[in-house]
Amino acid sequence: MAATLKPYLTAVRHSLTAAMCLQDFPSQVVERHNKPEVEICSSKELVLTPVVVSRNEREKVLIEPSINSVRVSIAVKQADEIERILCHKFTRFMMRRAESFVILRRKPIEGYDISFLITNFHTEQMYKHKLVDFVISFMEEIDKEISEMKLAVNARARTCAEEFLKRF
Amino acid sequence: MAETYTFGTSLASITCHAWNKDRTQIALSPNNHEIHIYSREGSDWKLADVLNQHDLRVMGIDWAKNTNRIVSCAADRNAYVWTQGDDGKWKPALVLLRINRAATCVKWSPAENKFAVGSGARLISVCYFESENDWWVSKHIKKPIRSTVTSLDWHPNNVLLLAGSTDYKVRVFSAFIKDIEEPPTPTPWGNRKPLGQLMAEFRNSQTSGGGWINSVSFSSDGNKVCWVGHDSCVSIADATNGNTVIRCRTGYLPFLSCEWVSPTSVVVAGYSCVPLLYSLTADGKLVLSGKLDKSQKKESSGITAMRIFQSMDRNMRTENTDTVVDSIHQNAITSVRLYAGDKASATKVSTSGVDGQLVIWNVEQGGINGGMRNLQI
Repeated sequence: MAATLKPYLTAVRHSLTAAMCLQDFPSQVVERHNKPEVEICSSKELVLTPVVVSRNEREKVLIEPSINSVRVSIAVKQADEIERILCHKFTRFMMRRAESFVILRRKPIEGYDISFLITNFHTEQMYKHKLVDFVISFMEEIDKEISEMKLAVNARARTCAEEFLKRF
Repeated sequence: MAETYTFGTSLASITCHAWNKDRTQIALSPNNHEIHIYSREGSDWKLADVLNQHDLRVMGIDWAKNTNRIVSCAADRNAYVWTQGDDGKWKPALVLLRINRAATCVKWSPAENKFAVGSGARLISVCYFESENDWWVSKHIKKPIRSTVTSLDWHPNNVLLLAGSTDYKVRVFSAFIKDIEEPPTPTPWGNRKPLGQLMAEFRNSQTSGGGWINSVSFSSDGNKVCWVGHDSCVSIADATNGNTVIRCRTGYLPFLSCEWVSPTSVVVAGYSCVPLLYSLTADGKLVLSGKLDKSQKKESSGITAMRIFQSMDRNMRTENTDTVVDSIHQNAITSVRLYAGDKASATKVSTSGVDGQLVIWNVEQGGINGGMRNLQI
């Protein structure tokens, strides 16, 4: 399983590095405003073509670049119902604390589990290549965390069942 | 060897920078509404003045070298012309731009009697001083610009204006102000003189949508234009050759700035953090002449076989613990300026970027011959 992860992450890394070329862009629709154009979508020449990097039909990354912001949406592997529930609770836990994450979006894009919004203010305050590293590490860790939580839930369920069945 | 400077204690990115005539002072904006004037004292820079008339982020600064005036524009829709008083303080004069969106770029004309301001209002304001009312007034160039103007440059004859915008077009306009100047001599771009007359228009790409134009530049003789766009291409158009376009696709990330350093060479810099030198060959091709940044990859200590296999086993990838990029600039370069020489024969250029550093580079002409020349000493 891990052997097929590396080309996927490498493709995401290169796509993100190319997409995260952001510059300051005051709005050309509203004066004195500076909003992420990928969210506002007020001028279609400022938004680039979205890119989807797929590992399989359920595990993919959508990258939507624009002139001053890029939106990265991640669909995490969910093999069964338990992983779906765990993923839902895990991502909602983080998205409720989106302020502390700085680049985390509060609501994922339709069809994806978690979304990041990176603007030119973020690339000015932080290293750009470290932002890319963070997204890659996040994708690795979230798969690992959900697998570990699934093992823990299954082990706990088995222990409860054993304790319960001891009475019979 | 490249000289590296940082200004002040903050690590704020430098939005734009401009030099004065003898390069003893620099005006730069630390990514906010202020403009800082630094004076060189030996090998250090001392803060000489802070110009804080703007309300929002300063987008462009230009320093008129002969008349010693600074023009600045910002996202608050305003532009100011700063003149130095007898006490050394800079006094602002508000420019009537008559725009309702952010002003994005500004450029003095070569004769320094007018300047052009590009804006998000999809127009260019050409501003000149009106003596009878004692203020700066502007005339507009509107058609056929359809998106934000991102970059401007003037022709050496002080009349033609080159504009790049986010509608993927590069245009040459006439910016003739009959109130303050004489009719110009004809150029290969055409003879028509009225303000706003479109002399030439280039698409960034003939086959696809291309990319936003990030920077434009006239050559020293005014017959060639160079532009860089968001599709990582460097393009040159020649008016004496029927407006043919020479494009060079690069493997680097997009470029944000370009500047001619000789009649056939241009320095470009952008998101790859490295300034590059591109040259026109005799048979009309555009090739990479060399990199201005010659720093090597820093030898990373602690790289052991155990760590490699440990990270390989855990993550199926080699651990990337680097914080520093293998170049002097650590983030995108946003501005390239001539430091020594002019567009016909520049020997040094200065770059500033998002990492808050200002670096002065030696421009070596001739590619490998330039490198060989250094070995003769």
